[in-house]
Amino acid sequence: MTDPAYLRPRELDEALAARAAHPDWMVLAGGTDLMVNANHRAAPAGILDLWRLPATCFVRVADDAIAIGAGTTWHDVLRHPAIRERLAPLAAAAREIGALQIQARATLGGNVATSSPVGDSLPVLLALDAELEVASVRGHRRVPYHAWCTGYRTTQLAADELIVCAHVPVPGPTTRTAWRKVGTRRAQSISKVMAAAAITLDGDTVVSARVALGAVADRPIRASAVEAAVRGQRLGVAAEAARAAVRAAIQPIDDVRSTARYRRDVAENLVARFFSVS
Amino acid sequence: MRLVVEVNGAPRTVECSPWKRLLDVLRDELRLTGTKEGCGEGECGACTVLLDGEAVNSCLVAIGQCDGRGVVTVEGLARGELHAVQRALVACGGAQCGICTPGIAVCAAHIVDSGLVDAADGGRSARDRVRELLAGNICRCTGYQLIVDAVIEAAREVLAR
Repeated sequence: MTDPAYLRPRELDEALAARAAHPDWMVLAGGTDLMVNANHRAAPAGILDLWRLPATCFVRVADDAIAIGAGTTWHDVLRHPAIRERLAPLAAAAREIGALQIQARATLGGNVATSSPVGDSLPVLLALDAELEVASVRGHRRVPYHAWCTGYRTTQLAADELIVCAHVPVPGPTTRTAWRKVGTRRAQSISKVMAAAAITLDGDTVVSARVALGAVADRPIRASAVEAAVRGQRLGVAAEAARAAVRAAIQPIDDVRSTARYRRDVAENLVARFFSVS
Repeated sequence: MRLVVEVNGAPRTVECSPWKRLLDVLRDELRLTGTKEGCGEGECGACTVLLDGEAVNSCLVAIGQCDGRGVVTVEGLARGELHAVQRALVACGGAQCGICTPGIAVCAAHIVDSGLVDAADGGRSARDRVRELLAGNICRCTGYQLIVDAVIEAAREVLAR
């Protein structure tokens, strides 16, 4: 058997041309998903290595949004002062993705492309209403993250496209954000339930909210029924409204990591806590 | 594919599939068997090496990605004498069966050398920090206390230099 081809482009145009020419190649960056048990799996036809591709390794800070390149690792996210200060739930999620060795390799683009229902950063991107920028030889386009996932581990990414970056709006001063993951242990273990929220308040009244959950469906989801239930409610009252709405809105499953009942109870508690008086 | 990787400071040329894991190249091609395979899934940290100065699981790195890059394995930690972390692991009894030890030594050396632990603070928060930083290295023998002791000890020694 012949060895797979290997290409390490250093320019985005070069990467896009290679992607268009070889849609069957594996797009590889940190490898924390794609290399699992690699020695027991058939080699891909080719490897398009995007690790540290300069055009995808950046954090650009503007007043109203932060653009984070797809090749940015969770380690990079975690130590970036503007992200820590202004996108706190993303930094919090980064800190609990795997552990040191995984954070050094796993990238934002990888999390978004793999699109696992248990991807730790994904509910945060939903709650912060991020937008993805993808590119191909045909040009660039932006996709709202809430429309990105099309099913279990499937996304809007076309066969000739690569993910360039996420544009993440910075929450305003009256918006509080939250993120929480529950798993067997904080590091390494895959989440049983995750929840993230961005809640805009007028005093202690909820003006609007975005609430997202992970590991309770075939993809990360926005809980729009919860968002409707809390609108105009005072914190505290909103917590109970949110709890009831979560119960009706999700159908988690039993699997090797948890049970539907546990996931439902935990999801309710996490979301209710976001809307509690604190 | 023919590639050149700097391993423990010396350029090494290997001829193999770019899909081969860094772990397998180290052990099978370069006969650096200090690096151990635990899970092969990036969960246990036994195969931790430094790649361009970052602690990574070598089971999750395709060797093609290492062309032109630098790797440090447990064999490369000692420079004339054992690394401070290795000496502290010996002194504190931080190793038992030994499968996790090379990965812990490499990760802990990275933690200490990068100043990720505030060694001046030998208290609870420094110990918690060590536990968080070493959370990707699983040990079934020691119960971790003696490993944490060793990392704190090594961090103090490096600070005192």
